[in-house]
Amino acid sequence: MARFLLRRLGLAVFVVLVVTLLVAWAVRLSGDPAVMLAEGSTVTEQDLQNIRKALGLDRSFAAQYAGFVGGMVTGDMGNSFMGGRAVGGMVRQALPLTLMLAGLSLLVSLALSIPLGIHAAVHRGGVADQAIRIVSLVGLSFPNFWLAIMLVLVFSIALGWLPPSGADGVSAVIMPVMTMGVILTATNVRLVRTAMLETLSAQYITVARSKGLGEAVVLYKHALTNCAIPLITYIGLQFGGLIGGVVVVERVFNWPGMGSLAFDAVASRDYPVLQAVVTVLAVVIVLVNLLIDLVYGVVDPRVRAE
Amino acid sequence: MRFSRLRSLEFLVGAGLTGAIVLAVVCSGLLFPDGGDAMDLAMRLVPPFASLAHPFGTDPLGRDVLARVVVGGQISLTVGVLSVAGAAIVGTFAGLVAGYYRGVWDSILMRWADVQLALPFILIAITFAAILGTDMWKLIAFMAIAQWVQYARVVRSATLVLREREFVISAHAVGVRDPVILWRHILPNAMAPVLVLMTLNVANNILLESSLTFLGLGIDPLIPSWGGMLADGRTYLQTAWWVSVFPGLAIMLTVLGLNLLGDWLRDLVDPTTRSET
Repeated sequence: MARFLLRRLGLAVFVVLVVTLLVAWAVRLSGDPAVMLAEGSTVTEQDLQNIRKALGLDRSFAAQYAGFVGGMVTGDMGNSFMGGRAVGGMVRQALPLTLMLAGLSLLVSLALSIPLGIHAAVHRGGVADQAIRIVSLVGLSFPNFWLAIMLVLVFSIALGWLPPSGADGVSAVIMPVMTMGVILTATNVRLVRTAMLETLSAQYITVARSKGLGEAVVLYKHALTNCAIPLITYIGLQFGGLIGGVVVVERVFNWPGMGSLAFDAVASRDYPVLQAVVTVLAVVIVLVNLLIDLVYGVVDPRVRAE
Repeated sequence: MRFSRLRSLEFLVGAGLTGAIVLAVVCSGLLFPDGGDAMDLAMRLVPPFASLAHPFGTDPLGRDVLARVVVGGQISLTVGVLSVAGAAIVGTFAGLVAGYYRGVWDSILMRWADVQLALPFILIAITFAAILGTDMWKLIAFMAIAQWVQYARVVRSATLVLREREFVISAHAVGVRDPVILWRHILPNAMAPVLVLMTLNVANNILLESSLTFLGLGIDPLIPSWGGMLADGRTYLQTAWWVSVFPGLAIMLTVLGLNLLGDWLRDLVDPTTRSET
């Protein structure tokens, strides 16, 4: 277990290193933000130098990178190019909103996909199984941003039930969560079904049934707990994709999370903000995966013993 | 019996959808010689099914939505197919060599695959696209770089098994050279999972390309593309739903067709998850 965790920790650190290097490199490749910032106004070379100095752009790549990583660690992520707000504060405001969307979408999708997936596995090959398969294939084929637009079309424009954008109140949460929830459910149903099929053929299930246990107990207590490990693993693997999806969907609904922060930063070439958003999200994704590896050890004693 | 009929129906629908869309897009130059760019300001925002000349209606500049949807498919299909081809070629080669020779390069490749699969690629794509700008070729290169390890992994694990098989050992024993063994004996037997992965990844990359373009980080908005049309159409959602509905439907049907095909292929290759009774 210790070796397993150590390897995972090593991988996590390395991934974060690669992401930060890529992001810093990309920003470096962007050319001279000072010239861009000063664009349109008459500036002297001295002014440009001052801007570069103020932004820390006069330092070497190594020094800039060290400053960027150091800032990430201490939480001082510099100031936005636009208006000079502290990037740390902006991220602290946006991150919970993004995590909330991601978490709720995941919950909705689990609430839907576990019973549906179990049903499909138990009635393998039946009408319900085939119907669930087809519907999940259709769900998988939806571009998330288009599903979001279609929901706006139906629930905001045609029916007028839900606000098309913003983050005020419960009603604003429904459509973003629905969008991601539906798409996640399409994948998760298949995962639950496959994992259940494997578990249901195990001998202890036959034993549990022959003991006369009720079907619900057999399925939800004996089978589902044993499916937990592959399911948790897959959910961990998906988490990066989930965050990527939420970021895109945020844009459609003007949800003031990390995605909106990032795209506003893109539009105004506000690199400190973009750098911070991408790095923080990458760290969150890596942490979630690390956490799942820990859970893995708790859920499955075999991993610990190894 | 009922099962196999449904299965072949799935295959038919998948192949039919994909085939029809590919055919229409490939022939788009013949079908719509103006490239979907012809504007007719007198015919702005014509609703769909109202006029024979514009069965899907027209956009705010009076351009035919059907023509733009068909022409716009060129971008998505090109990006999807070429990025997957690039990733599959590089990944298959790497996987074959790593699996066959093992050794240090194999370990390095597998460690790197772990790292790459853990990277949040959409976020990195957004960063690079935002800073460096994108065109079709950058998108294709980016997706190929992001995905080649998937193929390397699949091919490597197949190669590991195949290299111990009798036919490979005997080929080796009679003096067949390694490149020939890899090309003639191992590769054909390792191709099945690669084909499945390719089909599903074309679908995935079409989704990825259209989201990036929708966000303004992909294809130039002046070139007709599904993502770009959706971005334009959003502004007119209140008054002209069709401008957003049809390009999205095109993405969805293409991806659905490919997913159906990929699924059918996967069941053909790997019967364990088949929904047989």
